[in-house]
Amino acid sequence: MGRYVIRRLLQMIPVFIGSTFLIFFMVYALGDPVAAMFGERAPDPATAAQIRRDLYLDEPLWKQYLHYMGQIFQGNFGTAFNGQSVTELMASAFPVTLRLTLVAIVIEMVVGIVLGVFSGLRRGRDIDTTVLVLTLVVVSIPTFVSGYLLQFVFGVQWAWAAPSVAPEAPLNELLLPGLVLALVSLAYVTRLTRTSIAENARADYVRTALAKGLPRHRVITRHLLRNSLIPVVTFIGTDIGALMGGAIVTERIFNIHGVGYQLYQGILRQNSPTVVGFVTILVLVFLLANLLVDLLYAVLDPRIRYA
Amino acid sequence: MRRATCAQWGACAVAVALVATGCGGGSGASRSGVVSASWGDPQNPLEPANTNEVQGGKVLEMLFRGLKRYNPKTGAAENVIADRIETKDSQNFTVTLKGGWTFSNGEKVTAKSFVDAWNYGALLSNKQKNAPFFQYIDGFAQVHPDGGSPQAKTLSGLVVKDDRTFTVKLNQKFSSWPDTLGYSAFMPLPQAFFRDHDAWIRKPVGNGPYTVDSYEKGSVLRMRKWGAYPGNDPARNGGIDLRVYTDNNTAYTDLQAGNLDLVDDVPAAQLKNVQADLGGRYINQPAGIIQTLTFPMYDKRWSRPGTDKVRRGLSMAIDRDQITREIFRKTRTPATDWTSPVLGKEGGYKAGLCGEACEFNPAKAKQLIKEGGGLPGGRIALTYNADTGSHKDWIDALCNSINKSLGDDQACVGDPVGTFADFRNKITAKRMSGPFRAGWQMDYPLIQNFLQPLYYTNASSNDGKFSNASFDKLVNEANADTDPQKAVRTFQDAEKILASQMPAIPLWYQNGSGGYSDRISNVSLNPFSVPVYNEIKVN
Repeated sequence: MGRYVIRRLLQMIPVFIGSTFLIFFMVYALGDPVAAMFGERAPDPATAAQIRRDLYLDEPLWKQYLHYMGQIFQGNFGTAFNGQSVTELMASAFPVTLRLTLVAIVIEMVVGIVLGVFSGLRRGRDIDTTVLVLTLVVVSIPTFVSGYLLQFVFGVQWAWAAPSVAPEAPLNELLLPGLVLALVSLAYVTRLTRTSIAENARADYVRTALAKGLPRHRVITRHLLRNSLIPVVTFIGTDIGALMGGAIVTERIFNIHGVGYQLYQGILRQNSPTVVGFVTILVLVFLLANLLVDLLYAVLDPRIRYA
Repeated sequence: MRRATCAQWGACAVAVALVATGCGGGSGASRSGVVSASWGDPQNPLEPANTNEVQGGKVLEMLFRGLKRYNPKTGAAENVIADRIETKDSQNFTVTLKGGWTFSNGEKVTAKSFVDAWNYGALLSNKQKNAPFFQYIDGFAQVHPDGGSPQAKTLSGLVVKDDRTFTVKLNQKFSSWPDTLGYSAFMPLPQAFFRDHDAWIRKPVGNGPYTVDSYEKGSVLRMRKWGAYPGNDPARNGGIDLRVYTDNNTAYTDLQAGNLDLVDDVPAAQLKNVQADLGGRYINQPAGIIQTLTFPMYDKRWSRPGTDKVRRGLSMAIDRDQITREIFRKTRTPATDWTSPVLGKEGGYKAGLCGEACEFNPAKAKQLIKEGGGLPGGRIALTYNADTGSHKDWIDALCNSINKSLGDDQACVGDPVGTFADFRNKITAKRMSGPFRAGWQMDYPLIQNFLQPLYYTNASSNDGKFSNASFDKLVNEANADTDPQKAVRTFQDAEKILASQMPAIPLWYQNGSGGYSDRISNVSLNPFSVPVYNEIKVN
């Protein structure tokens, strides 16, 4: 297993280089960011030239990329236009988004799996149909609609929660945005669990377990659920990365200053160090989450071996 | 054994969660007497000579006082730290300071505080975005050459006489120059700024009614009243918390929920509800901003003879009244000159100066465009940036109005550009082939600021590259004139040239809009559409 992990970690190096390369070129393709720094005013050519020289924008693209990579390996992700270093931005943004993602994942796992188990065990009955219809509704509502709606209802009408999140992003304020972020994935988790449970409910080992006289809850939690969770865990694992990147909309609605906010600002102002740095970290998070999922398989199903 | 594995994983997950969540909660400083207001993340570090947009500008207005300040009601430039600014020839000025002013760190505000700050702002290697504001001072070309490195470190036109006096020599006559000194680029800086620049940027120190309590970049700037403020306009509240919002809809929702006291930008989507939501706590008043449709005069198709008729015709084809009513819900006023109502009659605003060219007249529009040889290529595309400001709505309405007037569905289309940066790049690279949107927010309330930077040959913001010898001549004359009233009249004569040539179609004057909670009162916007923060009272 150790060798397997090392091999997987080594594989990340080319992915890391490839992704930074692609993102760097895509951001560059958006054009010169210096003109926009001066607002509606035409940039003073001498000052603009100075800024370009400072940001290595006057060099050919390949040199810019090499310079950027050289800096990264010294732990320097460059500087955003407002004078803050990108690592500083990351240090403030990632914990916030990570918290939001964790809240979303917990909601998604608990609610999704419970709903999925209930409806999967009662396939075809009323509760199952209700859950299916509900998840269909949830899947078809875009995040910005559910976000603004829940924000207005819970934040303004009923005043149960603050409509926006304080800069420190305490956990209790993240519950509502976490729910909004989790909604769509939650529906998928429910449906995946339901199908998987319904399928395995007729498997031989469940029948054997029941025939042995094991109590029903034990059969469901230890035997049925454990085997049914593999596709769900795969989904949730890949979802971690998707949620962190996809938080742009949710973070904007609830004014959370996390990764989505920094990415949005970076794109709007064509701040390549911010965009490339953040996306690179997101790619790494994605890769690590995938690795974690693969390792979790062995916990769920000991027959799976790594070589 | 298997159970143990499960428990381990569980423990790990909990541990990760705990580390990640760290210390949440505890929102810090108390709110009593403090006003919370919406804010946008400023684009540049908060240095006076490096701040050229509204969001950073509003902070400087709270942290600094300069030689002059624009009266928040009338816009008139009034002395603050300047005791008097004297000149005999509109070119050599002697500035005398009042005594008793200090920075909040105890340093005295002296002539040196100004001269050092201005020298810093003008020097090319400091890359200050407002450097061109010092271009009228003698020696600017040496500290800020068009290319290469500077030959001097300080402006030769600035001389410190003593603690309270310094002289300024300009490189041309400019009678209203003292009135430009209320702009944030001209604020004084303490020696602390030069001693430890990084520390100063993290926590700016100024001489205004507020001091910085804490600044978390990108999320919140907390300012508190400075008790020892020597000026006569101290803060009437305990402090201001500026909170960064990415989405003005969220700020508005927060205001409705009582979570925020003041928004200074009501989102367009909420304009139809705002009266019902806020009643008397909604502000909508003129600001020094004008929107225009600028023509690329460097394009052959727009510079051939007769196109002035086409441009005037297009202007007449626009139903400004309807668009400002339907799309902007009266937060814009149809424009009839190239300045702004906030200047007032004395300052040079003249309603109707544009004449019939700015009146909606479809029949005349059609006829004029025909006389002028028709639209170049038979149609025009209006270029705008689609990323911010919801420009699409009004551009579409504008085209619709032109199409209806000309009786041709294809006469006008919108031409979106993805990002503001790309839009500005195309403009500065002179790659526009048709009219494009332009907005101008005044730096200081002078008619000069609405005309010279925008239409003078090769001026800094002359995006359409309009060039007209008689216009330039009139502007020079007006600048040299020592009688302000005569100068204003000469500027208006220059403006009449714009009316006949129409290098830019004036569309509408933009209002500032805002809303506030019932926790605060005495809220108003200044002519720059920025709330007058120090006057706000907490109930």
